[in-house]
Amino acid sequence: MSTQSSFVTPAPPLRAYASTADIAVSAPLQRDAGDRARAMVSPKDLRTEPAPVRFIIIALAVTFLTVFVVLPLVVVFASAFSKGISAYFSALAEPEALSAIRLTLLVAAISVTLNLVFGVIAAWAIAKFDFRGKTFLITLIDLPFSVSPVISGLVFVLLFGAQGYWGTWLQAHDIHILFAVPGIALATIFVTFPFVARSLIPLMQEQGTQEEEAAISLGASGLQTFFRVTLPNIKWGLLYGVLLCNARAMGEFGAVSVVSGHIRGETNTMPLLVEILYNEYQFVASFAIASLLAMLALITLVVKTVLEQRLDDGRSPSDYSRND
Amino acid sequence: MSTAVARRSSLPGFGLTMGLTLTWLSVIILIPLAGLFLKTLELSPGQFWEILTSRRTLNALKLSFGLSFAAACVNLVMGTIIVWALVRYRFPGRRLFDAIVDIPFALPTAVAGVALTQLFSVKGWLGAPLAELGIKVAFTPTGIFIAMVFIGIPFVVRTVQPVLIDLDPEIEEAAASLGANRWHTVFRVIMPSLIPALLTGFALAFARAVGEYGSVIFIAGNLPNVSEIAPLLIVIRLSEFRYADATAIAVIMLLASFLIILIVNRLQRWAQTRIPAH
Amino acid sequence: MTIEVKNIVKKFGAFAALDDVDLKVGKGELLALLGPSGSGKTTLLRIIAGLDWPDAGEVRIDGEDALGHGASERHVGFVFQHYALFRHMTVFENVAFGLRVQPRAIRKDEATIRARVKELLDLVQLDWLANRYPSQLSGGQRQRIALARALAIEPRILLLDEPFGALDAKVRKELRQWLRSLHSEIHVTSIFVTHDQEEALEVANRVVVMDKGRIEQIGTPGDVYDNPATAFVHGFIGESIVLPVEVTGGSVRLGGRPLNIAADGAASGASKLFVRRHDMQIGPAGSGSLEGAVRHVRSFGPIQRAEIALSGGEGKTVIEIDAPRDRELQAGEIIGLQPRRYRIFAAQD
Repeated sequence: MSTQSSFVTPAPPLRAYASTADIAVSAPLQRDAGDRARAMVSPKDLRTEPAPVRFIIIALAVTFLTVFVVLPLVVVFASAFSKGISAYFSALAEPEALSAIRLTLLVAAISVTLNLVFGVIAAWAIAKFDFRGKTFLITLIDLPFSVSPVISGLVFVLLFGAQGYWGTWLQAHDIHILFAVPGIALATIFVTFPFVARSLIPLMQEQGTQEEEAAISLGASGLQTFFRVTLPNIKWGLLYGVLLCNARAMGEFGAVSVVSGHIRGETNTMPLLVEILYNEYQFVASFAIASLLAMLALITLVVKTVLEQRLDDGRSPSDYSRND
Repeated sequence: MSTAVARRSSLPGFGLTMGLTLTWLSVIILIPLAGLFLKTLELSPGQFWEILTSRRTLNALKLSFGLSFAAACVNLVMGTIIVWALVRYRFPGRRLFDAIVDIPFALPTAVAGVALTQLFSVKGWLGAPLAELGIKVAFTPTGIFIAMVFIGIPFVVRTVQPVLIDLDPEIEEAAASLGANRWHTVFRVIMPSLIPALLTGFALAFARAVGEYGSVIFIAGNLPNVSEIAPLLIVIRLSEFRYADATAIAVIMLLASFLIILIVNRLQRWAQTRIPAH
Repeated sequence: MTIEVKNIVKKFGAFAALDDVDLKVGKGELLALLGPSGSGKTTLLRIIAGLDWPDAGEVRIDGEDALGHGASERHVGFVFQHYALFRHMTVFENVAFGLRVQPRAIRKDEATIRARVKELLDLVQLDWLANRYPSQLSGGQRQRIALARALAIEPRILLLDEPFGALDAKVRKELRQWLRSLHSEIHVTSIFVTHDQEEALEVANRVVVMDKGRIEQIGTPGDVYDNPATAFVHGFIGESIVLPVEVTGGSVRLGGRPLNIAADGAASGASKLFVRRHDMQIGPAGSGSLEGAVRHVRSFGPIQRAEIALSGGEGKTVIEIDAPRDRELQAGEIIGLQPRRYRIFAAQD
């Protein structure tokens, strides 16, 4: 029998961090602006430390974050513009840069689309039905998170490389997976595999199956139920998963580096180009590309925060309160 | 008419969606991993041992795991301080600092790598003053350590944050009313309830640092036996077509990470029985 | 539309939610499935709806085998305990849903759909809420919209799963009466599940009392109250005094002492005597089969409710009786009690 799962906030940002299913982040709890406000203390509170201690703690936190996070970010832009604005833009207009940008966009489009479709399908299978081995399945889906990017690339080399399992067969048929776009796409799909599913599964589990059952009892088919009832309910979670998936797809370095072969103008994504240019001491060019990626990261963070707000709002306690 | 009815669910589509999910899962994850597994089996235990205990491999593994551990420890301490300040105090720019905690997670690793190198190289904004003090960061194990600290920042903070936010204020008030001074309250009452989350954050930071590639290889010297991390060794072996070696190292890394995570899980469960979560 | 359920078995692991259940529902009936939690009533309802499947047995709707079809094909209206309204649709869109997802061949045009929705909203007297969202409605309003939504598809059967369970007492009472009057207006065959016996007795034409996956009794509310078939039914419906008695060859004993009541064909052995509170006749000490001391009396309206400690058995057995107020009882008084109407069931039941 299906019952509405108890009311919990899925907190997607945390789940996105968990690198193995074994490490379950502590059960997400309902949090809103009120909770945050209550958690904060005012200086005269019983519940706070003496002023000097507070000062030191804040100073430590701010200094640490400034040194380790703010400065690196600033350095990227400072170095990119160190020789002026025109140098910046001409670096970006280089043919290598443009082809790297094109390749990155292409690979991201492929991975995001495929993982979106299959992520939704997997989330439906997992969240709306009961079956044995569900935890195992979720662990498998989580797997790419726990694996080093280099190992993610390694597994594809083992399959498709010149000395890989299918290497000779591929060479005989003149099919290029490694050192070509297909390999890069596969490696990227691998590392971004979990994002959409992991964002949707807790959300769909929390929403339960009652609305879908109601739709079915009213005569809707499976597809009608999905598009008219489920999809509108999960749209923010879906967007969130797609956003993270995209950010990772565009920024992936280790796995792609292993499979790409670094062929200039052909199989370099933007992160790979950053590496190549840096190693050639072309700092402005390298940081110019890096700055584009950094901007992508910042935009992703902003949109992510907005979406988190939406996700929290969408499940306000007034929904389905038990009493009048 | 029918006395035995097949098991069905109220919602349609199970067969189809499960089928597609398993297919996609197999193609993208299971088959590649099977390849890894098979390759591992091709090695005899003797060969495996030889690869593993070769001087270069051992040093790379020691470096990777050792520095990751140290970096995770730093993140444990600093992460706690940061999350405490972000959750419990008000100060100008708090919201901004809260937001930037996510940057190491969101920033592409290559960008982080070149940025940190630039910052800590002998001519860099931070590297130069440190060089005056005789501390060289870039292209040494210290550089690797710095990079690992960078990427681990969000893990402890974000894992502990919700727990700290949801802490019942009444618990602290009760402790205070019973005469506990602030030190006692924090370290005997509050911290223990954070331990599971802290351990989780630590494990995540550790696991991430061990496997990290992009952020680290720029600032590392990449000198064999000195400043060469295990993932880099894997890449080098692959380029030498020594697939077996690469595989062996990869498998050891996977197993060791898995083991560590298992231990931390145990610790967590133990902590939860001693200090029941609310 | 008639429903016939035969030999239904449903297990969840080792737990038998339904154990060989048979039921026939006639056209236009308003039937209550009544029982405590775990009795299997919701499971049975969901099986009829097509939201769950039995492990064995038959379900026939209008003579046709229903088990070959899923919920979307059975043309039943289901009202969920927690309403299950589509949270992102307005009230209007919720009610229109069933009409909008019909296959093109039979789907009505938009104008007709609109008219029908308006009709239904008028029926439940909530047309003024048409553009609100479910989160903006009270529980009682949500339930009525859920009902309107289910009725929109002109179902052959209406199934309601504890429809008023999530509402508070006053709203519950109002909606009960409203459901009864609605049913007398629309006459669609309806089954509702409840654990509240007052609700079942007040609203339904017939009541099906269930316990532990089995049907204990089926009958009209009067039947089930006045002539309970089993100990469970007697104990579950209305208040009862239960006394452990021993039946030997036609005579009934309580704690060794014979009671002056007929065994009424009850089998010999350990048994239980069930008497309704108001069926215990009182009189002066020694006038009845039982005797006891009045411990506490409180009166309300035409009744006095007294706590009596029965003599014999060390005065440990305390019962509550309802008596008319023509003779006021005093605390400490010794009175005689005689069961006027009673049932005896074997202790195992």
